[in-house]
Amino acid sequence: MVRRSSATLLEQLAETGRLWRLAVTAVDQTLVEPWRGKPIRLRETVRQIVRAGNESLSLVALIAALMGIILALQSAYQLRAIGATHLVADLVAVSITRELGPLMTAILIAGRIGAAFTAELGTMKVSEEIDALTVIGIDPVHYLVVPRLAALLVAVPCLALFANLVGILAGAGVGVLALGLGAGGYLADSLAALELEDLWAGVLKAFVFGGIIGLVGCQQGLGTRGGADEVGRSTTTAVVRSIVLIIAADLVVTAVFFVRQ
Amino acid sequence: MEATSQAIEVRGLRQSYGDHVVLDGLDLSVEAGETLVILGGSGSGKSTLLRCLVGLERPDTGRVSIRGTDIFAAGPDELHDLRQHIGMAFQSGALFGSMTVGENVDLPLAEFTLLPESTRRIIVRIKLALVGLDGAINSYPSELSGGMKKRAAFARAMALDPDLLFCDEPSAGLDPVTAAGLDRLLIQLKEVFGITLVVVTHSLDSAFAIADRIALIHEGRFLVTGSPDRVRHCPDPVVRRFLERQPEEETADNQRFRRWMLEEESVG
Repeated sequence: MVRRSSATLLEQLAETGRLWRLAVTAVDQTLVEPWRGKPIRLRETVRQIVRAGNESLSLVALIAALMGIILALQSAYQLRAIGATHLVADLVAVSITRELGPLMTAILIAGRIGAAFTAELGTMKVSEEIDALTVIGIDPVHYLVVPRLAALLVAVPCLALFANLVGILAGAGVGVLALGLGAGGYLADSLAALELEDLWAGVLKAFVFGGIIGLVGCQQGLGTRGGADEVGRSTTTAVVRSIVLIIAADLVVTAVFFVRQ
Repeated sequence: MEATSQAIEVRGLRQSYGDHVVLDGLDLSVEAGETLVILGGSGSGKSTLLRCLVGLERPDTGRVSIRGTDIFAAGPDELHDLRQHIGMAFQSGALFGSMTVGENVDLPLAEFTLLPESTRRIIVRIKLALVGLDGAINSYPSELSGGMKKRAAFARAMALDPDLLFCDEPSAGLDPVTAAGLDRLLIQLKEVFGITLVVVTHSLDSAFAIADRIALIHEGRFLVTGSPDRVRHCPDPVVRRFLERQPEEETADNQRFRRWMLEEESVG
């Protein structure tokens, strides 16, 4: 029992080490090397951005709208007791922008795109395609990981901003239809409640989440060994690990912004 | 980088996974223009040796020099240059599933040459015609048969006109006629381009058909290395057993288990 636990712990540490090594290499090649004359594969990056957008936009819109409605109803339930339903707009706008928009978007992208990255790269690994790239002389990190990471660093913040907009509009729907607030007044209150820092905090979180999803998805794919059943196992691990790291990173960024105030 | 008459030199190559020694201090030399076949059964260490030769696995100890460059001591630039002189055809083909056959062959050309797309397209057609696949340029790997995938893998491996071609089990999983066709293709590639070939296989027919020299590997060691005739007449009992396709002797455990099964059946 003790031996098995220590073996699991060692394997977890080794896994963290592999993720860290890939993170250092991939972030260097994505954000630093292009300024030193080694550009990223722009066409593939754009293809991945479009893919992330196409495959996730409707789902992000649906979940953001549902979150906006739920948040507005929950806020109204609490605020009605103290006669402050007019504050629903403020609460929904700030909560969605700082927290729920980026977080829900990231969780959806982890399940939809991060899992797809793992499945693709895992299949390539077990069918020796990654080895073939290496023998040809093409760095798999630069060729496969960097475009996917760069795509999510752009796509997740953009999708989070879109989720913010949809969530606030859905909240406004509740305000108008269920609480009898004026549409113009609701939106004006929302805008007044938001500060630029709220927006930046959300975008920064989404950027970090995008990096986590891209790196974990690719690392799990490249680390796949064995056959098709291992691809499935890696994909599940990638989604679970991404979500845990996203929430942990969320706590860190939220705490940093809290301390700064 | 100077071309030497020795295309590959391996010294003291040792690789183990945990307590299991896979390669046990191998020495090997391959002359330029030679076809060396590394022959061995399942689990003999031949595929691990091939992975070490192309730099996909770093051995515990030992040295692998290709065209005079120690591949595990070389810098990234040196290794990058060297890779353009090496081609490898993988056992499964390892064609990129998201690309057409033509795009697969074009990939090394697009990455390592400054040729315009129109010229590259002509080269791709020539390479595919070389392996008899010019009609499959727009097909995806999933649309090809096993033999066609291996041919396409040869075309991709030959894209940059390498001096050295490594082949992992070229005839595995193919019917005898298709396997013989691939053997003939390898012989033609060598005759036309004068390349050095290193082929890993467990197929005796393929080995004796294409080899200038055979190295028979067993439990991580070479039992015999030499011309096909020398290997054919080697008196070593393990070599004889492999060449005469005799099954491994049953262990005492296996014999006990078989006796027990027979007794159970007779009781039933």
